[in-house]
Amino acid sequence: MTEVVATNQTIVVVGGGISGMTAALEAAECGKQVILLEKNPALGGRVSQMYKYFPKMCHPTCGMEINLRRIKANSNIRVMTMAEVTNVSGDTGDYTLNVTVQPRYVNENCTACGACRDAVETEFDNEFNYGLNKRKGAYLTSNMAYPQRYVIDPRMIGTADADKAKAACKYDAVDLDMQAEDLEIKAGSIVWATGWRPFDAAKIQPYGYDRIANVITSVELERMMDPMGPTGGKILRPSDGKEAKDIAFIQCAGSRDRNYLKHCSRICCMASLKQTTYLREKYGDDGKATVYYIDIRAIDRFEDFYQKVQADDNVSFIKSKVASVTEDKATGNPVLNGNNLEQSGMGKDMRYANPHELVVLAVGMEPSVDFNALNVGLSVNEEGFIERDPGNGGMFAAGCAADALDVNRAVQSATASSLRAIQVVNQVAGAEG
Amino acid sequence: MAAVKKIGAYICKGCGLDDRLDCGQLETVATREGKASPCKSHDFLCSQAGVDMIAEDIKSEELTHVVIAACSRRAKTEAFNFETVAISRANLREGVIWVRPDTDEARETTQEMADDYVRMACAEAKFTTQPPGNTEDKTACRHLLVVGGGITGMTAALEAAKAGYAATIVEKSAQLGGVVGQLSKRIATTAPFTELPDNGVAAMAAEIAANDKITVHLNSTVTRTSGAPGRFAADISTESGSTVTENFGAIVQASGFKPYDMGQLSEFNPDNADVVDQMGLEALVKEANGGAIKRPSDGKEIRSVAFIQCAGQRSQKEGHLSYCSGHCCQTSIKQAMYFKQLDSDIDAVVMFTDLRTPGAGGENFYRAGQDSGVTFTKSVASEISAGDSGPKVKFDDLLLNENVEQEFDLVVLATGMVPNSGVDIEAEAAAPAEGEAADSDVVASVPVESILNLDYRQGADVPQLVHGFTDSHFICFPYETRRTGIYTAGPVRRPMDAVQAMDDAAGAAMKAIQAIENANLGRAAHPRSGDLSYPLFRKEGCTQCKRCTVECPFGAINEDEDRYPEFNEERCRRCGTCMGACPVRVISFDNYSIDTVGQALKAVDIPDEFDEKPRTLVLACENDAYPALDMAAMNRVEYSAFTRIIPVRCLGSVNTIWLTDALNSGYDGIILMGCKKGEEYQCHFVKGSEIAHIRMSKIDDTLQQLNLETERVEVYEIAITDVERAPKLINDMAETIEKIGMSPFKF
Repeated sequence: MTEVVATNQTIVVVGGGISGMTAALEAAECGKQVILLEKNPALGGRVSQMYKYFPKMCHPTCGMEINLRRIKANSNIRVMTMAEVTNVSGDTGDYTLNVTVQPRYVNENCTACGACRDAVETEFDNEFNYGLNKRKGAYLTSNMAYPQRYVIDPRMIGTADADKAKAACKYDAVDLDMQAEDLEIKAGSIVWATGWRPFDAAKIQPYGYDRIANVITSVELERMMDPMGPTGGKILRPSDGKEAKDIAFIQCAGSRDRNYLKHCSRICCMASLKQTTYLREKYGDDGKATVYYIDIRAIDRFEDFYQKVQADDNVSFIKSKVASVTEDKATGNPVLNGNNLEQSGMGKDMRYANPHELVVLAVGMEPSVDFNALNVGLSVNEEGFIERDPGNGGMFAAGCAADALDVNRAVQSATASSLRAIQVVNQVAGAEG
Repeated sequence: MAAVKKIGAYICKGCGLDDRLDCGQLETVATREGKASPCKSHDFLCSQAGVDMIAEDIKSEELTHVVIAACSRRAKTEAFNFETVAISRANLREGVIWVRPDTDEARETTQEMADDYVRMACAEAKFTTQPPGNTEDKTACRHLLVVGGGITGMTAALEAAKAGYAATIVEKSAQLGGVVGQLSKRIATTAPFTELPDNGVAAMAAEIAANDKITVHLNSTVTRTSGAPGRFAADISTESGSTVTENFGAIVQASGFKPYDMGQLSEFNPDNADVVDQMGLEALVKEANGGAIKRPSDGKEIRSVAFIQCAGQRSQKEGHLSYCSGHCCQTSIKQAMYFKQLDSDIDAVVMFTDLRTPGAGGENFYRAGQDSGVTFTKSVASEISAGDSGPKVKFDDLLLNENVEQEFDLVVLATGMVPNSGVDIEAEAAAPAEGEAADSDVVASVPVESILNLDYRQGADVPQLVHGFTDSHFICFPYETRRTGIYTAGPVRRPMDAVQAMDDAAGAAMKAIQAIENANLGRAAHPRSGDLSYPLFRKEGCTQCKRCTVECPFGAINEDEDRYPEFNEERCRRCGTCMGACPVRVISFDNYSIDTVGQALKAVDIPDEFDEKPRTLVLACENDAYPALDMAAMNRVEYSAFTRIIPVRCLGSVNTIWLTDALNSGYDGIILMGCKKGEEYQCHFVKGSEIAHIRMSKIDDTLQQLNLETERVEVYEIAITDVERAPKLINDMAETIEKIGMSPFKF
């Protein structure tokens, strides 16, 4: 049984992406006791799957390295992976969380030497790469995986391959009999930093993500750009594996649309502007990007970035909500159909049917946890994000659990939430003398 | 701290190390050359048994230093964390066996690599001391100074007080509330989005008045700030001239913004009384006091109103703001709703190019505006003139593709935010000295009043990032300040609306509180979180060259009355730039010094010229290049066995003596790997990489004096993702050396 030491002065942070890591670290570096829960086998969340950040075009793993170093150096933080909250009871300053920890089948003896990975043969879709390639049944989620400890895929259990993994480990780290555990954890305050997931593109029927090979999502493009990723850093068309140089970006794919997500996901405009620069990075003057948009929301000083992209002759902008995407069977090119609003004028027909080599859907953000279903007493808005509400007591939202936010604003939100959690546990400490 | 140094060395045989290396030989090296005693091997050093063995020795043998020869310092960090001793890691797994082929012919050079890393770790240990941290009483002042009493400053004070910290607000004007205090209503952020909330200032001011942890100084400014986190001293002066000096642990600067001067927009007829900016409209609404809103020129009830978005913003025209101020779209929607809620027949038109209402609340608010009958038209207004019945707006309707002229009772210009960030210290530093510019055609700018009046050598205010905003340079770290213990919040940091500013205030208060707690323990803020060392300075050798005071990226070093550097401990972020800058090498840290690196590189065994085994020294930034090389190893990307890598805190900490020493001891090549420099720099120590590039440009002279080829020293910008590129650059150097031959400086 896992031992967890926690009191009503402990802060529990749910979610180990950049918001959760930040909330946990800021509190721990103030001397608070923090438990950081992460559902996946490793910390890092969505941003660890990004190639570059707008507007600086720097690499997310750089900041992650710093945050991981902070975590490794701080004994106030206890990281628990593969852990999910199933219920919360109690009140401000005195919560009890029910947490289920899924078996990793690898214990802390693991040195990440990779012998188990080399021993097994079975492969599964690699979720870190949104299924764009395969990974072994014994695996590290990524090069930056922390804890740096292997995982055995649960689908391996009971197979001969799993036994091979066990046999290959010299350190007794593979434990195929590991079971799920239900834990109770005390907390004075809880920070929900459960983040977001990309909106399911297949639901946007007219855009054909589920049936046209060369329609991909923005998050998939990020994985393709990673030199260590599924395509070795190349933008390849799924249909024929050829490099795509003429790419269309469809904005608000699922966002600002009553049929899908009502809200604006905030990041997608900047994400697509950023991705247009990937074409320049890869192909110089040979790349061509076309952005189909309603409003370009390059808010505050992101505007500088928008202006830089606008100045690029190889990037064009069409104000239009794309009506549908069809496929040119001969070339595999997706064809975008719609009406160019900007030059329509009175009675003029500005309909278009534009073929491109690849279409990238700028998919929206939705909260990754259904807080209504979880039913732990949080006030949730129509879009599913946690509202700022005194009724939430000692529970606070950080990052994209609170709203559709970019990384910078998510970290800002997480830092603020960390203070609010500290206020609660300091009041508990004060009351207890 | 024990006076006698006692080094224990522990060699791991796990993860294939024992198969690939002669661990007995490593023990001999550690014992004989490294003078480690005890020296032990273990089959599985990071296991509980292995860790217990080390812990037991630390106690029984009274060890002060421990050498761990196993995996990278980035792996198993928590297992090998023994708090009372200084730890050096010899990277035999990621640094040796994972980057070398497992072949018979590679065996000898692979072993030599491992031997050297053990020598280097022992040498580093010999010259390292575990820093004691702040050994004085925990006296850091748990009191925040909040500069600015708008809602950002008010929120910062209230949030800090809720966490148990005292706060003092210094506000320049006669009352709290700032710009938000002048608003009639605020933007709605919750359903149903049609009920506009009060500005909330009165309630906050009452809460502040009732809170005995918060003190307010009105009509006051900060006229001098000195000290460091935990012990700042600020002079607070009133308008009447009286000054008090108080102590603070940390500072939140919430100095807000000024509305852009609409008088500069001559095309929009700014002298027309019926053309106002957003603040002007708020005043009219307040004046109306719930009744009909009347226009200024003749008091006529307003029946039609146009809002021109991005007035003087998002524009490259001279005198305009190039950025977007973020809040103005929602503010105009709110203001249009003022009219629609009075009478739905009033015509309210918002002229925009991109309507920016992000997030869940933003889009809902936009929809509420549409539902209440506000007209949104994608158009660009080019001119306002006096019409017959009111201001006449000339605009291009971008959807209908036509030019339109229309008269309104009132036109509201959505102008932008200009941050109150005080003195631009970088522009000041770059400006020509007085007199030099006398006859140039540069328009003399109005002198700007400083906000903080810092007595820092680097200037009176915090550095600005862009357009006068004091934002952090980093996406992942919005509060990564260049003046430790001073955090800016609200629209002075970045354009933002009131709700964001209040969240930002809480974030900045959080960091300020943390800076106080760090100061108490003598602990560094990130990226070297938890580092307990300080720069140590040997005054006797100092030549007062000032390089350290000039180059410190954090303004930590002042000059004392005798012109010697004066270190302000808690402003320091432990990057070592001062150490790299010092030509006479009188600056060091307990755990990082000229010797810890210099002796490590000299400990490497340099075979003589005829062995044909060159040596390349790599000094790699610990945050990006070193992890990239680690990840290369995880993917078994191989590189030359002649490479010896030493992680450095920052390329800025690289003292040229290390290079001279390396060249003199017979290294054949040297590679410096730092972060991206320039405008979009990635260096978390700001200019470290850039400074290193400048310093290294001078190394060519040294090379020529030694009669060595300049290709032997290379400086590169490496990103953490350069998993394949970094090893390639190492191999390129190996090729270069093969081409130009071995260094003659081998003894």
